[in-house]
Amino acid sequence: MKSTKTTLAATIALMLLIAANSCKPKNAGNAVSGDAASKAYVAPGKYDEFYNFVSGGFSGQMSVYGIPSGRLLRVIPVFSVDPEKGYGYSEETKPMLNTSHGMVPWDDLHHEDLSQTNGEIDGRWIFANANNTPRVARVDLTTFHTAEILELPNSAGNHSSPFITENTEYVVAGTRFSVPPDNANGDVPINSYRKNFKGTISFIKVDKSTGAMDIAFQLRCPGVDFDLSHAGKGKSHGWFFFSCYNTEQANTLLEVNASQRDKDFIMAVNWKKAEEYLKAGKGEKQTVRYAHNVYNEKTHSATSEIKTEVIVLDTKALKEICYFIPCPKSPHGCDVDPTGEYIVGSGKLAALIPVFSFDKLQKAIADKDFIGDYEGIPVVKYESALYGEVKKPGLGPLHTEFDGKGNAITTFFVSSEIVKWNIKDLKILDRQPTYYSPGHLCIPGGDTKKPNGKYVIVYNKITKDRYLPTGPELAQSAQLFDITGDKMQLILDFPTIGEPHYAQAVSADVIKNNSLKFYKIEDNSHPFVTKGEADARVVRKDKRVDVYLTAIRSHFVPDNIEGIKMGDEVYWHVTNLEQDWDVPHGFAVKGAINGELLVMPGETQTLKWTPEKTGIFPFYCTDFCSALHQEMQGYVRVSPAGSSLPLTFSTGKNLPPADSTGQFK
Amino acid sequence: MKKLIVLGAVTLLLTSCGNNNSAENKDNAAPGAEKTASADNPSYDPKRGEGKFTSVEVGANLDTARAGSGNKIYMVKCSSCHKLTDEKLVGPGWKGVTGRHTAEWIMNFATNPDKMLDKDPKAQAMLELCLVRMPNQNLSDDDARNIYEFMRKNDGVK
Repeated sequence: MKSTKTTLAATIALMLLIAANSCKPKNAGNAVSGDAASKAYVAPGKYDEFYNFVSGGFSGQMSVYGIPSGRLLRVIPVFSVDPEKGYGYSEETKPMLNTSHGMVPWDDLHHEDLSQTNGEIDGRWIFANANNTPRVARVDLTTFHTAEILELPNSAGNHSSPFITENTEYVVAGTRFSVPPDNANGDVPINSYRKNFKGTISFIKVDKSTGAMDIAFQLRCPGVDFDLSHAGKGKSHGWFFFSCYNTEQANTLLEVNASQRDKDFIMAVNWKKAEEYLKAGKGEKQTVRYAHNVYNEKTHSATSEIKTEVIVLDTKALKEICYFIPCPKSPHGCDVDPTGEYIVGSGKLAALIPVFSFDKLQKAIADKDFIGDYEGIPVVKYESALYGEVKKPGLGPLHTEFDGKGNAITTFFVSSEIVKWNIKDLKILDRQPTYYSPGHLCIPGGDTKKPNGKYVIVYNKITKDRYLPTGPELAQSAQLFDITGDKMQLILDFPTIGEPHYAQAVSADVIKNNSLKFYKIEDNSHPFVTKGEADARVVRKDKRVDVYLTAIRSHFVPDNIEGIKMGDEVYWHVTNLEQDWDVPHGFAVKGAINGELLVMPGETQTLKWTPEKTGIFPFYCTDFCSALHQEMQGYVRVSPAGSSLPLTFSTGKNLPPADSTGQFK
Repeated sequence: MKKLIVLGAVTLLLTSCGNNNSAENKDNAAPGAEKTASADNPSYDPKRGEGKFTSVEVGANLDTARAGSGNKIYMVKCSSCHKLTDEKLVGPGWKGVTGRHTAEWIMNFATNPDKMLDKDPKAQAMLELCLVRMPNQNLSDDDARNIYEFMRKNDGVK
């Protein structure tokens, strides 16, 4: 009897143990199968098959990985300064980070969208959002440089951005944090949210040939938190969909107060209708201030302009632009399938995934099948727009991408897994654990009309025991799954920079052949370019000293400069005379309180230097350029303010005349 | 000959110091690059070098217009490393260069330096002295011809 009891107790204990364990994600050992290594292996010297552009989150930058290897190829500075590349430190790039608040050296980059033509990735540009000080950036994919940054007025927490339409007609930006409009008196009680706070959606027009951005119009919407968005495509082209939460309009303890309602909304926006109102002159001109920064690849310089006007359309007064679709429990991801018919909302606190039908939505709107209105915007009946629900998919659905074979893959933050389901019959096909708590995911072209369903890359928020410990802060990670078979197979973990949110991936063929190798020195129209060593010189104008400096393997001209005085502002304009791929020269001067310059072949960049004391200051090339790289150095002499030492400069001689190479006469 | 090539290749590897060997070698087709290094070699003409120039017409007298254009290109793209005297700066001085090499060799080397440094014995010998691979300055065919005419002027052709 006693032994039976013991056995029973042991059995119960064992069962409890198993039950407890089964709630935890399985460890890596039993999740990786034998041929994973070979699937992610890219031999040395071989190229990856895909580019993966991954948002850097709170690093403010965009990283570029090769897939399937997971090799980090580049970090593109976008919204944060990068002293390594001189970004935000060189005179040429400082204007890129200008805003109506002044120079902002950091931001939080969450989402990206590659430019599209006819719903397919065209490989020209990639757009990115700044969440904190609302801006949208355009990165040029020939140079991998940030080409343009546009600030957004009337906005805060620019989260549902920078999603694009199928021909890159528009990039959108929606406020996560509703605020009083910029032209209103914002000095109001915080708890007057319902009365004074508004949500704003910006539609940014993109020039077809140059990519130049301009705010076409803004939609003034009810004060809620607009979270994520995606454009319609194909049949739903002309519409945009935004998830929103905090329809409770709480202004404090949102964790509780914005989770009260059973359903929040997906807002459907008929932007073609908005265009009609705009054309008919129904927009209000509003006086605001926002920066528009553009980088010119001919002058190698950015300019920043403060704009003062924006056109706002009031969606309460102007009917038939916006409709709300009820969506369970604080929806987050808002994703449209390749056909444009299905809109997937992911209620992050819901235990199901609602899939809406564009056709049903259109019928419901035509039939005025509304259950009422919310702040003057019609609310469509849930069932009338619903195609169906994916039942018991997992806990905490966040984001969905599409494999182009009729299936969707959704991340589940709480249950730490990805789940593959069929869009038509809403049946679950497969589920695989991730390590741990995935946020976004990315299939190459997974939000376009033509996904390439070979891989899914999942971006996890927590890594815990996945890598060697590095103190309290751990790398966040990406996980690569092969999705060509019935079962999704984990084949690689790789750490990421900052915190990865949304990402984009595309076949390397679309981008790699357009990559610029160097700037033609003939085309360099920088105002301080030095085209040849014979033009190298130092020019004083009062306290401003311009050094026209050339760099080539492996010397600077001039490399001896005397006659700089305390109180001078010295501008080092470094022109790299090389005309070959992968031969940048660096430039650093002792004591400079900013960054270095990293000057690409044929490019000119400028470092401002204000000497802090008298003496001899070396400068040198920081980028190993040749066997004689260590010899690529120079000296500048700083004398007291009242010194009568004349300004001299030379290379190869330590006194003038400066000419070291001789011009043929 | 084959041994020399292998030796040359090894020297190049040793002297390249983390620098790029060539843009071509970075392409997916690494095996293809290896092939050209050996298979083409039996027909390699060290007087002509390797590149697109097989026969360059050179007049008895100086073409002053070409020489003038060549001078301008020299100031932007060449003078950083080459003096007009016989003094070595980064690369060898240009005095007498038109006597040391054929027009074809010079223009091929100027427009195709990476391939030539990989196989040309004279180019490799110079690399051993200078230790800096001549950069590809992306000259057009016309640029190369004009520079050659400027070299002739520098060597006293009237």
